[in-house]
Amino acid sequence: MGVECQATLPVAAIDAKYFPALSAPGILTRLPIKRDHLHMLYAILCYHDEDAVGSWSKEQDAAVMKKLAVVQDRLTKQGRLGPVARLLPTTAATTLRKENPPVVIDGPFAETKEQLLGFYVVDCKNLDEALDVARDLAAANPGGAYEIRPVGMMTQGSISA
Amino acid sequence: MTDTAWIDSALTSARPQAVGALLRYFRNLDTAEEAFQNACLRALKSWPQNGPPRDPAAWLIMVGRNVAIDDIRRAKKQAPLPEDEAISDLDDAEEELAERLDGSHYRDDILRLLFICCHPELPATQQIALALRIVSGLTVKQIARAFLVSEAAMEQRITRAKARVADANVPFETPDAVARSERLAAVAAMIYLIFNEGYSASGDTAEIRKPLCEEAIRLARLLLRLFQSEPEIMGLTALLLLQHARAEARFDSDGAVILLDDQDRTLWNQKMIAEGLALIDKAMRHHRSGPYQIQAAISALHARAAKPEDTDWTQIDLLYGALEIMQPSPVVTLNRAVAVSKVRGAEAALEMIEPLAPRLSNYFHFFGVRGAFLMQLGRNDEALVAFDRAIALANTSAEAAHIRMHLDRLQRDSTQRGVKAGK
Repeated sequence: MGVECQATLPVAAIDAKYFPALSAPGILTRLPIKRDHLHMLYAILCYHDEDAVGSWSKEQDAAVMKKLAVVQDRLTKQGRLGPVARLLPTTAATTLRKENPPVVIDGPFAETKEQLLGFYVVDCKNLDEALDVARDLAAANPGGAYEIRPVGMMTQGSISA
Repeated sequence: MTDTAWIDSALTSARPQAVGALLRYFRNLDTAEEAFQNACLRALKSWPQNGPPRDPAAWLIMVGRNVAIDDIRRAKKQAPLPEDEAISDLDDAEEELAERLDGSHYRDDILRLLFICCHPELPATQQIALALRIVSGLTVKQIARAFLVSEAAMEQRITRAKARVADANVPFETPDAVARSERLAAVAAMIYLIFNEGYSASGDTAEIRKPLCEEAIRLARLLLRLFQSEPEIMGLTALLLLQHARAEARFDSDGAVILLDDQDRTLWNQKMIAEGLALIDKAMRHHRSGPYQIQAAISALHARAAKPEDTDWTQIDLLYGALEIMQPSPVVTLNRAVAVSKVRGAEAALEMIEPLAPRLSNYFHFFGVRGAFLMQLGRNDEALVAFDRAIALANTSAEAAHIRMHLDRLQRDSTQRGVKAGK
């Protein structure tokens, strides 16, 4: 029995390296397992009623930001925080529908039949420049839409995928 | 944030839509307001226990409507009508109401609610007070404080305004495109008035009146969300944001005015400036210029200048020139003259404002600006006369104090010159 167990150990250890959830309690968890290349970056997208958030007083807003900063600081110290952005209100948004030719629409992206698949943050002098970038991207990847929304605040973070 | 604070902001943000819809059902402002109040009371009880509804406004409309219909039913039961007849009448009404509860009306509901406050027979101060009470939901006490009047006086002002609005017969049908754009213009003007009421405060009251500016910005954003492709509403929102961005820098610790040139520009709110600039960018793409967009563009040129000497006065002069054509007014010309003084000198600027004298003979800023131009030209005796007149016309102690500063400097200069001449 004991011999059998020992013989299977190396195989299990290799599996555990890639599938930490499989590690058998008491045997494998104590092995030094390098998990770095297993990490996944998660985007956490913030949704809320912007009218309600816009109704917060300066003090309420500051209080929420302060509480969030505690969480963000912890993640930063752990070297786990990437870019964080707070977007300006949707009233400042413009949408480029990637039709041929692309159509510019005032306001945020409002369709429900398409889903959020990614985003860019680009430094632009003005909206026209941002729309030019979006048109170039649209030419490379037609279909769907880009919502162009000014960023109110951004911190860079220190990780990359 | 505590639970109640969260509920408060949810109720505040749902208010225009909910009261607007309830007004459409009941066609009576008092009934609509009361229904909303009742719905809010129920929300305060229900939401902490059951969690927030997915759509707070729809929840409040539904609950407010049901409570009000119950009340009507109860009132009818006490009336000497046959009971079943009354109930069958109401059942019909209820069915019709339920049918009308769909999203497409909300835009016109909110616009109507705002528009009712803009009744042309109401003086501006009553329009503003009514909008703050009905649309924003500020308490009479809060409004009275912002207007620096007693609560009783404000209560009376709002009651009177409501009575007048009740007789006004605002049509409840969905407005056509022309009527809608007229309503939109009237509402935009009223939002601008609310902002000005807060913005024209003197230093000692600026903090108290700041909520007026913030409320105006909130209403402007609300309007823009309803009418996303209206460049003038983008311009209005941008204008308010860009002006309000300077709030922290406009007064010194004693409440005295700090002129644009002397403001600590690091105190300007960069987030508001960014939003304002983004909105102007959006508006400009429409190539349909208007007074709000132009004023916003002027404000943006100030906002973009990190130092006063970076200001693009030539462009500002041109923009005021365009505004003069769209909205001819001696006050616009007076503002343009300040830009002209920076581009072409005080002589040209003075020449520009001389013809305005008859129309602005009681306007504080006319004499303040005139005095400043004369002072720049070294015509100190004439400047003294202008400044004296300005002080007599000052609306606030801060305005008077500012002119007093110029006067003191002039007097110091002339004493020094006198001493020199005497030597």
